[in-house]
Amino acid sequence: MKVQVYVTLKPGVLDPQGKAIHHALEGLGFAGVDDVRAGRFIELEVADSVSDADLDAMCAKLLANTVIENYRIERA
Amino acid sequence: MKTAVIVFPGSNCDRDMAVALETVTGRAPAMVWHRDTELPDGTDFIALPGGFSYGDYLRSGAMAARSPILRAVADAAGRGVPLLGVCNGFQVLTEAQLLPGALMRNAGLNFVCRTVPLTVANSQSMFTASYGADETLNIPVAHHDGNYFADKDTLDRIEGEGRVAFRYADSVNGSARDIAGVLNDAGNVLGMMPHPERAIDRAHGGTDGLRLFEAALGVLA
Repeated sequence: MKVQVYVTLKPGVLDPQGKAIHHALEGLGFAGVDDVRAGRFIELEVADSVSDADLDAMCAKLLANTVIENYRIERA
Repeated sequence: MKTAVIVFPGSNCDRDMAVALETVTGRAPAMVWHRDTELPDGTDFIALPGGFSYGDYLRSGAMAARSPILRAVADAAGRGVPLLGVCNGFQVLTEAQLLPGALMRNAGLNFVCRTVPLTVANSQSMFTASYGADETLNIPVAHHDGNYFADKDTLDRIEGEGRVAFRYADSVNGSARDIAGVLNDAGNVLGMMPHPERAIDRAHGGTDGLRLFEAALGVLA
């Protein structure tokens, strides 16, 4: 089974990479972009026996740094 | 005096750290590989060196913090063995939750590589006891992810407890409250982005880093 994990910076945590992307988009002439936040997407192929609790532990222990990041898990 | 330097794939300041430790103790440190599960018997000082462990995959320090040797390192630190993490070593310590906060991409996005003035914020710790209160040191930095972040309550707490060891005298990387080095609550773990091991010989252009090692290792002598 495919599991998709989205890791994003917590609100309020400054995102210099997002800012740079935002500036680059403006430099390319794209108007109307109010903000850009960069994150990480991780796809796992797991056995059906892997529980939601297991996936949550994987995110909390490694895939995200919960000091600065939130995560969202989607089973495909 | 038995010291150890932990070596990860991608470490690149491990030999500089070894020279610093040998200069001060007169004895070469054990170089301990990341896959080892135990430190040499009687290790009484551990250093996590700078570099790009595991290629900075996932997040700087994230993979090293979950490597086999880190369990032994954390156990030793829990028993009070002094543990110094420099640059990538600091990132590993925050990822391993041995120190609070996180080190994010520099606010200016640039890799910063120069000698910077640091202010000694706590001159009472075992690592900083040879420095004067508020003394200014010149120590090199070389990092991309040195932007220290913690939530306001954590920042207030570590400042209140005297756990900020060093601050940047000028803004270098966007770090919260210009924090350059942090101690754990017991005071035996220090993480810092600047490289004291690169300032121990006049040929380096300065020797302000030497006293950190002398203090930390002298306590044990």
